[in-house]
Amino acid sequence: MTLTRFLGGLGRVYIGLVLAFLYLPIAIMAVMSFNASPFYQLPIDWSLDWFAALARNDQLIAATWNSLYIAAITTAIATALGTAAALALHRYTFRGKKLLQALLFPPIAIPWLITGTAMLIFFFAVGIGRGLHAILLGHVALALPYVIVVVSARLRTFAPELEEAALSLGASPWQTTRRVTLPWIAPGGIAGGLFAFAVSFDQFVVSYFLSTPGQTTLPVHIYAAIRKGFTPEINAVSTIIIVLSMTLMLLTARFFRFGGEK
Amino acid sequence: MAEVTVRDISRFYGAHAALQQVSIDFPDGGFYGLLGPSGSGKTTLLRMIAGFDHPDSGRITIGGADVAGTPVQHRQIGMVFQNYALFPNMSVFDNVAFGLSVRGTAKAETGKRVSEALDLVQLGGLGGRRTHQLSGGQRQRVALARAIVTRPRVLLLDEPLSALDKSLRVGMQVELKRIQREVGITTIFVTHDQEEALTMSDRIGILRDGRLEQEGPPEEIYDNPASEFAATFLGDANIFRGTAESGGLTLADGTRLRCRQPLPATATPNAPAACAVRPERIVLHPRGDAEGDNRLPARVAKRVFAGNSISYLLDWQDQTVKVFAQNAGSPPFEEGSEVTLSWSAQSTLPLG
Repeated sequence: MTLTRFLGGLGRVYIGLVLAFLYLPIAIMAVMSFNASPFYQLPIDWSLDWFAALARNDQLIAATWNSLYIAAITTAIATALGTAAALALHRYTFRGKKLLQALLFPPIAIPWLITGTAMLIFFFAVGIGRGLHAILLGHVALALPYVIVVVSARLRTFAPELEEAALSLGASPWQTTRRVTLPWIAPGGIAGGLFAFAVSFDQFVVSYFLSTPGQTTLPVHIYAAIRKGFTPEINAVSTIIIVLSMTLMLLTARFFRFGGEK
Repeated sequence: MAEVTVRDISRFYGAHAALQQVSIDFPDGGFYGLLGPSGSGKTTLLRMIAGFDHPDSGRITIGGADVAGTPVQHRQIGMVFQNYALFPNMSVFDNVAFGLSVRGTAKAETGKRVSEALDLVQLGGLGGRRTHQLSGGQRQRVALARAIVTRPRVLLLDEPLSALDKSLRVGMQVELKRIQREVGITTIFVTHDQEEALTMSDRIGILRDGRLEQEGPPEEIYDNPASEFAATFLGDANIFRGTAESGGLTLADGTRLRCRQPLPATATPNAPAACAVRPERIVLHPRGDAEGDNRLPARVAKRVFAGNSISYLLDWQDQTVKVFAQNAGSPPFEEGSEVTLSWSAQSTLPLG
């Protein structure tokens, strides 16, 4: 009894430490974005100065919009293509299918530095060059395997009788896909989409290689800004992004019950 | 007129023949039971009628028309799957309405027909439930309502009762039969459960290793099994082996058994032959005190009391003979006692 309670207590302490490790730096950064002192002096001099400065920093705002815009389009394209690919891999047998499935995993493991270099060389060779369009193309390629893997995992739990039942009831193959199969894989598609968004929005290395000086994404801009000299504006923009992304994640988790049915 | 016919259907998976030269007429409005052990081809046949699988040779017709080029969704069938295959993202109502909705049926008409179908399966009022809130028996009823609401030409049932527990299964057998009569729909029912096939079907087809072993009304197959397999798969049977001799069966020890009709193997003298005797047709007597066309001495090896009946396992030579006796009040025979088995020539069924 006491041992169980002791172990339970230990577990709670452990979870507390993990959460602290994950969230403490973020919390400190968020708090500092409200500190008027650019040198992190204590006690905190509460102000919204950095948020005001952020609102005037056109380059940072432009980079943020670029990032959001590219992440949104990447998510849309990668989710649509990835879901279609997962469905095809699930439904059909064709020559080279096993090889294709096996080849989906290495891009996840290959360092982004190498992928980025390869893309830069290749894009120049075929005339795509650099710029937001190149970044978008690169992000879609990076995100696609994640979507396919996540949606395929969801499809493995799909009972094929459901599609047969729909067909037997007179539904066309398209009606069957739209009304039975897609609703089933929706949680997988959304999880895959979140991965795609994260891969793109977080992406630094590939974006760094493929961006042109004027047109860049937020992580690349932040890196460039830090090199010139850190300003707490970065804290402010990070705080806004953290609040937005955590809200998004919590809402998704609530609606789609990741971690199983309650 | 047969609503569904299959003619000389064969299907091979590589070198393995799942079905070989099977021909069956499924009568209009009838309840046809396809019975067989697993791997006998019964599910393959059902899936071919549905259109999920295609024969390598042979013809399938529904309502007189060849359906070779007709995809599943245009065959106007209703199917109930072993695991019911209810759509998890839809309510009970939407599940049942699915077949109407994909046909573009008007809303008012859909509502009316769905509630009729739910009433028919005695689930009126549960339309708003989610499918995971239902019991196994209720899910089965939803699956059935969904399959018949579109008024299909043929209803295909793939072991629909196998996921239910015993008591519920017996209730659903009666229920399924009632609904089938009420709707009058041609029904093809796949099962490996002989009791289910016997109690529900108007006709039974026994499949074995991809071939149709025997076909006919349940009583006829039970009383005239064509083969040892048919005799033992549909009901219990004691098989006696020997040689055919002037119409009867001569056992290894020289005992002669009189049969209902001359053994088919009679033409060749001393040809090996066999007869089947149903366990309920054999009567036990104290040793020596027996009359009847056929008699054998035996010893009671085991007695199993089942309330209304008693089953005996008896040793006769190196064979075990099974006997079912009604519990009619006379004192049962003790294990170990020497008895005489007797039965009539009428109950001795020659096997082909």
